[in-house]
Amino acid sequence: MKSRIGFFDFTGCEGCQLTVMNLEDDLLQVLQLVEVVEFRELMSETTDRLDIAFIEGSITRPADRQRLQNIRERSKTLVALGACADNGGINLLGSDQDVATLRQQVYACDAKHLLTEKPVPLHEVVKVDYRIPGCPIDGQEFLAVLQALLLDRDPELPNFAVCVECKLAEYPCSFDYGEICLGPVTRAGCRAICIEGGDRCRGCRGLVDNPRTTPYHQILEEHGLSVEEILEQYRTFNIGEQP
Amino acid sequence: MSRKITLNHLTRIEGHAHLVIDRKAGKVTSCRLEVVESPRFFEAILKGRHYSDIAPIVARVCGVCSISHTMASLMATENALGIAPDPRAGLLRRLLSQGEILQSHLLQLYFMAAPDYLGIPSIFQLISQRGDLFSRALRLKRTANRICEIVGGRPVHPVTTAIGGFSSLPEASDLKQLRHELVDALPDLEATVELFVGFEFPEFSRPAEYVCLDPADQYPLHARRVISSHGVEQSVAQFKASIDEYILPYSTAKMARTERGHYCVGPLARIKNSFARLSPMALKVAAALQLHAETDNPFHGLKARLVEVIHFVEEAIQVIDDLLLHGFYAARTTAMPKSGGEGMAAVEAPRGLLFHAYTYDQNGLLTSADCIIPTAQNLASIEEDIEALLPELLDLPDEQLKQRVETLIRAYDPCLSCSTHQLQIVVH
Repeated sequence: MKSRIGFFDFTGCEGCQLTVMNLEDDLLQVLQLVEVVEFRELMSETTDRLDIAFIEGSITRPADRQRLQNIRERSKTLVALGACADNGGINLLGSDQDVATLRQQVYACDAKHLLTEKPVPLHEVVKVDYRIPGCPIDGQEFLAVLQALLLDRDPELPNFAVCVECKLAEYPCSFDYGEICLGPVTRAGCRAICIEGGDRCRGCRGLVDNPRTTPYHQILEEHGLSVEEILEQYRTFNIGEQP
Repeated sequence: MSRKITLNHLTRIEGHAHLVIDRKAGKVTSCRLEVVESPRFFEAILKGRHYSDIAPIVARVCGVCSISHTMASLMATENALGIAPDPRAGLLRRLLSQGEILQSHLLQLYFMAAPDYLGIPSIFQLISQRGDLFSRALRLKRTANRICEIVGGRPVHPVTTAIGGFSSLPEASDLKQLRHELVDALPDLEATVELFVGFEFPEFSRPAEYVCLDPADQYPLHARRVISSHGVEQSVAQFKASIDEYILPYSTAKMARTERGHYCVGPLARIKNSFARLSPMALKVAAALQLHAETDNPFHGLKARLVEVIHFVEEAIQVIDDLLLHGFYAARTTAMPKSGGEGMAAVEAPRGLLFHAYTYDQNGLLTSADCIIPTAQNLASIEEDIEALLPELLDLPDEQLKQRVETLIRAYDPCLSCSTHQLQIVVH
C-alpha cells in the first residue's frame, strides 16, 4: 500500500511546500510511490491518518499549538520542513524585542486577533522525528529524506560544510570579494547555490555538527573580521540557535 | 431565520483565512474575510539592518512572490540610495519577473482554480484518469521555473539578484536553451486555452476601480507611474501617499483604500487598463476566452491570468532575443552609496501592485520600512463581491453556496502569507 503523506503550514512563507511542488518530473514519480492525502494549499481533501507529515512554519499562537498537536496525533512520522519549522528561521528576527513592541510598530493596535507569542520551532511543541533544514529547503534533499523514510531507514543530512561543496564546484571564495561568508561552518546540502549565484553563504541551513572553528578563526583574522561580525551574519537565519 | 455555515481554513489558496457570513430573514447582514495568518512584523524586524540584507530577508514574506518582493525591495533601496541600475540589468529583471508571474499563474490556474470548474476537490484526483492534463500542468510550470532558475539562480527566493543589478549572469547558451523551451511550450499552452475555453464562468458583474502600473511604454511590470480605470494618473509616490491602510477588528491583514474607496489590483486590472499592450497571441486568446477590456466580472480574473500567461511567454521570448542580440550587463556592482536617504518602488507582482518604501541612515542602515501588498488592496473588494453575489446564492444548499463563494475568492488568487505577511469560511 502507498504511504499516506501530508503537507501542513504554520507561520512562514510556504516557499518550502512550493519547492516540493517545483520538483515536477520527480514529483510524478514520487506520486507513484505515495498518496498525498492532505495539502491545504492545493487540495480540499483532509484525512484522519497519515504516515508522514511534512510541516512548514513556526508556532506563534495557542490555536496553532493545538493544530500541530492534532497533526502529531494523526501522524506516524513528523518531519520539520525548512528553517522556520526546524529552528524558527527568520521568524525570530526581532525576538530581541517583545512581541507587543513589534505589534505596536507594525499595527499600532493591540486587538485580540493580532495577539501572538514569540515564534517557536515545532520541536518546542511536539516530538519531531526528522528535519530538513534550509530557507527554503533543497528539493533534492527533500527527495532523499522521503526516499529514506519510504525504505524505513533513518534519513541522514550531510555533515560537512558548504565550503566543501563550494570548493568542489570551484566557485571563487566570497571572502576574496570582501564579503563575510558562513560557508566554512554551515551544513552542506545546498550545492553552494548562493555562492554560485554570486552571493555569499548566509547560513540558512544552520551549523554543521562540530564546526571547525579554529581554521574559521584564521580566515576571519586573515580578512580582519571579528567573531561578532560573523555572529551578526549567522543570526539572520539562526537567531533561535545561538552557538 | 438565521443560518450559520462554517468553512474553516479555506483550501487551495496561498495562506490561511476564514470567511464569516451573517444572514437573517434571507438577507446578508455582514460578510467578513478573516485573515488568520499569523502576523510576522516584517516592517519592524528590518530596522537597523544593512541595505545589502534587506532584499534577501524581505523575499521571505512570501514563497510564491519572492521575486516580486526582491525586485520592489532592490528598486526601493536603489531609489533611496541614489543608485541607478544599468538598463540592461533592468531587462534581465523584467525576464525574471515574467518568470515569476508565469510560475504563480500556472500553479493557480491548474492546481488551485481548475478543480472548481472540473468538479473535483484537487488536481491530484486526475493523475490516473487525466494523466495528460496533470503532466501538462507540470511541464508548463517547469518551463516557468526554468526562467527563474536560469536568471534568478533558483525558483523560490532568488540568489543572483543584487543592488544595482545582478551578482551573477546567465550564460548565453542557457538563454538560448530557455528560448527553445518557451517555444516548445506553445502546444501545451494551446491545450490549456482549449481547456479553459470549455469552462462555464458564472455571470456576475460589479463595477470597481481597477489600478495598475502605467502601461505607457510596455505591458505593466516595473514602472514609475500608476493609472486607474477611473482616470487617475499619478507617480508611484503620489499614489502610495493616497492609500489609507487600516485595520479591521477581525483580520491580521491590513486593508487599503483611497479617498475614492476600495479598488482592485492584479491581472484583471492590468488587462483592463493595458488591453492594447497585449501581445498578438494574447489578444487572440482573449478573444477565444471572450475576455474584453470592459468586463466587470471578477470571475474573469482567471481568464485574465491565462491571457497574461500567453502574453508573458511571448514577451519573455522577445526579451531573450534582445538580451542575446544586444548583450547583457556586467555583473556585480560595487557602487556604494555615500549617504542615506528615502526611496520607494512599485512592481506588478502576480497578484497586482506591490509597494516597498524604505529610509536609510548615512551608514546604510534601515530606519523605516513600509510594504503595501496586492492582496491587502484586494481584500475589501473580495468582501464587496461576495456581498453582491450572495443574494442570488442564498437559496442554494450549503455545500453549493460554499463552493461558489470559494470559486469567487480563488478568482482573486489571494496571497495571505503576503497580506500578513491564512482562509476559513464561516456563514452565520
